[in-house]
Amino acid sequence: MNSTMIKPGAGRKLKNRTSFGQSVRNSLTMAYRGLLKIRRTPEQLFDVTLQPIIFTLMFTYIFGGAISGDVLSYLPVIIPGILVQTVITTSIVTGVQLREDMDKGVFDRFKSLPIARIAPLAGALLADTVRYTIATVLTFTMGFIMGYRPEGGLGHVAIAALLVIACAWAISWIFAFFGVIARTASSVQGISMIVLFPLTFLSNAFVPVDTMPDWLQWFVKINPISHLVTAVRDLANSGTVGWDLSISLIGSAVIVAIFAPLTVRAYMRRT
Amino acid sequence: MKEINPNNGDWAVEARGLVKSFGDNRAVDGVDLNVRTGSIYGVLGPNGAGKTTTIRMLATLLRPDAGSARIFGHDVAKESQIVRQLIGVTGQYASVDESLSATENLIIFSRLLGLSRTEARRKAGELLEEFGLTEAAKRPLKNFSGGMRRRLDLAASLIAQPPLIFLDEPTTGLDPRTRAQMWDTIRRLVKTGSTVLLTTQYLDEADQLADRIAVIDVGRVVAEGTVDELKASVGTSSLQLKVQDSQDIEDARRTIERILKVQAKLSSEAGKITAPMANADLVTDLLIALREAGIHLAEMSVQKPTLDEVFLTITGHGVKDDASSISDESNKSEVARV
Repeated sequence: MNSTMIKPGAGRKLKNRTSFGQSVRNSLTMAYRGLLKIRRTPEQLFDVTLQPIIFTLMFTYIFGGAISGDVLSYLPVIIPGILVQTVITTSIVTGVQLREDMDKGVFDRFKSLPIARIAPLAGALLADTVRYTIATVLTFTMGFIMGYRPEGGLGHVAIAALLVIACAWAISWIFAFFGVIARTASSVQGISMIVLFPLTFLSNAFVPVDTMPDWLQWFVKINPISHLVTAVRDLANSGTVGWDLSISLIGSAVIVAIFAPLTVRAYMRRT
Repeated sequence: MKEINPNNGDWAVEARGLVKSFGDNRAVDGVDLNVRTGSIYGVLGPNGAGKTTTIRMLATLLRPDAGSARIFGHDVAKESQIVRQLIGVTGQYASVDESLSATENLIIFSRLLGLSRTEARRKAGELLEEFGLTEAAKRPLKNFSGGMRRRLDLAASLIAQPPLIFLDEPTTGLDPRTRAQMWDTIRRLVKTGSTVLLTTQYLDEADQLADRIAVIDVGRVVAEGTVDELKASVGTSSLQLKVQDSQDIEDARRTIERILKVQAKLSSEAGKITAPMANADLVTDLLIALREAGIHLAEMSVQKPTLDEVFLTITGHGVKDDASSISDESNKSEVARV
């Protein structure tokens, strides 16, 4: 500060727009910030560590006998189902934490910096893929310990894992939107649960669809969660790729295309 | 476009009729400000006067409901991303990341501003050194004192070396020593060519730092000028005398009124007389007259009008509710408590 004179404001060359490259760079830096925060407060990973373990154990042993006859033959059905449910529930936390984060003074500084407006949001969401990865790995591991041997092989399981993480990231934009517009963190939790609970349970995640009444089957079949679960089952259990995979990816892209701009606009308006 | 409005960089801030309402409350009600490049400009006012809201509009954090503002000739609403490249903002509440260390904070802000990894590391080191935070650099901010947090906050605002820096109540809640350090830092900033716009509710702070002051009250600028102009608008300095023997006080008062030809006041404190001093020359005559009359003085002082009085005169009312935080004496006691 002492050695260098500051360049006068009038003499600077400036642009009023941020390039795409800059947006990506800014988002990655913000993701790095998110990772640092996770490293500083590892206790916030409790939910993604405990939930897969407890839920997988609980659901498998409670429903296994009733639905598939025995636990072992239920595993190929339940593991993909519980995986999708767990990871997507985890994405709610993204919205809650974003709300908490935004109440802190540091977001004022982010707003006053000449960075891409989307970066603080995209970065936070990107860092949270770490959480989804933990949940995914733990669910598959729990399944493996209980005797699940996916026929599709490790490669296809990895693709299935990536698919779930990518879809959860897309869906987290919805909760990020709630996070930005909601007044408090706990209300984000509330709204998100109301949306998510019917979506995950009114799907083929836990039980065969043909045991449900017709009107419910109709909903379950259009429920995007069902398509994602089916796509994961196809990949992990038989190593095949079907329509459901495409539908899941297209659905994710649509969610991002709608909710990312909405969220950024709400974020900009909110002060 | 910019040629239409030739601004040779003379004005860092030009604001016209800024208005911002929150519900029914007009927090800022038509504020005009002109800040010359390279100066320290003080916005002075009590809590809730609209200082922070004004700064937030100038710093592109809030969109004005009406009016316009230009930073170095760039409109805050239409060219906000350009404006952001020209400013540094240090908020009232430290805008740094609590859960990270000082170094990590500065590195992240540097990276966001486009510095490379090594540049960011070097810059963070430099700033920490300069603000005396090197030892605490690795500790999480939770353990930082208020003063350290403010210094880190200011350091973060200086990464891009912005030509204009907004400081929102930079010393609120700091102890007197850290406050003085902060003032030195601000003065040094201006020497490197920065322009500083600061808000404060401490009158002595504006007095110490600012070249010009705008006094703001319930969302309006009620007075504007240099510190001396504002003081002059209130009136002259006053002469204060204390006599050794309180028996003499009436005689002393008559002598003062005869020689200075003004009304003198006896203050409640025993033996103290206050009189406006329009003509300093006459004081010599007064002192001689007092000695000839055999009145011995215990104390003599000249009091310049304080900005407290300025504020009182301009607004016609004292500072409401937290009047205590305005007078300098109580500032110190308040700071000590924090």
